[in-house]
Amino acid sequence: MKGMTIIVKTISSWVKVLIFLFGIYIVLFGHLTPGGGFSGGVILASCYVLLMLAYGREFAEKNLSLPVASKLDCVGALLFAAIALCGLLYGAAGFFWNFIQWEYLADKETALHLVSAGTIPLSNIAIGLKVGASLFLVVLVLSIFRPDMSVLDTDEKE
Amino acid sequence: MHYALCFLLFVIGLYCAVTKKNMVKIVIGIIVMEYAVNLFLIMLGYRLGGVAPIIDKGQLESGTGQIAASFINSSVDPLPQALVLTAIVISLGSLALMISICIRTYEKYGTFDITQIRRLKG
Amino acid sequence: MAIFYILLLFMIIAAFIAVETKYLLGAVICVGAIGFGASIMFLFLQAPDIAITQIVVEVLALIILIRACISRELTFISGPREFFGVVVSVVIIFVIFLAGIKILETLPDFGTAIFAEVPNAASQTYIKEGLVKTGAANLVASVILDFRAYDTLGEATVLFTAIIGATVILRKKTKKLLEEAE
Repeated sequence: MKGMTIIVKTISSWVKVLIFLFGIYIVLFGHLTPGGGFSGGVILASCYVLLMLAYGREFAEKNLSLPVASKLDCVGALLFAAIALCGLLYGAAGFFWNFIQWEYLADKETALHLVSAGTIPLSNIAIGLKVGASLFLVVLVLSIFRPDMSVLDTDEKE
Repeated sequence: MHYALCFLLFVIGLYCAVTKKNMVKIVIGIIVMEYAVNLFLIMLGYRLGGVAPIIDKGQLESGTGQIAASFINSSVDPLPQALVLTAIVISLGSLALMISICIRTYEKYGTFDITQIRRLKG
Repeated sequence: MAIFYILLLFMIIAAFIAVETKYLLGAVICVGAIGFGASIMFLFLQAPDIAITQIVVEVLALIILIRACISRELTFISGPREFFGVVVSVVIIFVIFLAGIKILETLPDFGTAIFAEVPNAASQTYIKEGLVKTGAANLVASVILDFRAYDTLGEATVLFTAIIGATVILRKKTKKLLEEAE
């Protein structure tokens, strides 16, 4: 798809940095303020969707192409499973056990600080990565078909 | 009365998904049903005069760091909110799947009408 | 309390317009209005997590829906209307609606805390011991990522599968594979 006029391109090149930063903030502070991995991941995906709508599909594919997005999706899902499996080191019933909180942080008073709550911020980062990459992937794939239903380009898709 | 209006929204979505012939209208009916169900679940956990289930400095008792009793008596239910949070993101994924089926069917048959699609084979 | 009635009536009117209009783009915009009203309603129901997620997801859903129906066949479907089928389904749906209202009257009133009256409810444990056991100040995050983390694992799997399905359906290699096979 082609991009839009020059006004939209200029404004979106300033605004996309703010959207990306806001998405990272929502993901990272998910255990203290409303938000978390899911909504932060959707905000990160919508930053790249804005890029695709304003500049055209080819420019967005140069920034984050289809194979890279699908690999990031898999990395996010595997990271979430790996954090869960690390609890198994502390006993047989330790799958999804919040081992950082119980082993290392239980004695310290870290109630409302950024470094607290054990594996919850790490899981938030993994979920945010996964959801963001997935939703950007699906919007990119949906935009390959043109409205008169002729396929846009000829290179292979994975 | 609130629950009845929410159920009316669900029934409108059900009517749209059952009686319309246009494929995109069927998808819109399913989306309206999903919104109504999420709304109903959050309405079940509401408490009049309640506060959001997020602890900040005002809810901790000074000195001991324990949760104040006023928070325990006036917070809304966090469990339906946890269930609905994942349900909203899943509805986006299933919408993407349904729209990709619609686009593929339009490419093959040239119309969105479900009465023209007869030859459904593998 | 009046704000709930106003928002619910706004959503029902938008749903009527979305269902009955012949113009596909207008129906998609009305779905966006329903989602926006739902997000404001979540804010008044003291659920800020859900309000953020709902509004961002609804923006992406609007983009996907508009992408599907822009400049495609916008004229309405012609052909004989199946009058008998529509009447029967409307009657059955009306009976379902009346039965549902009868059942919903057995619930406690809107606004009473249902979990506070049940003695061993799980939510009481989450509120009282959430900060001590997990260390997270956001109780909803502690529920989805510590107390009920299996549900989040299942949700990640479902989202992954749906995205894989959408990517596979919109592949271009299908026609070439069929031609090579013949």
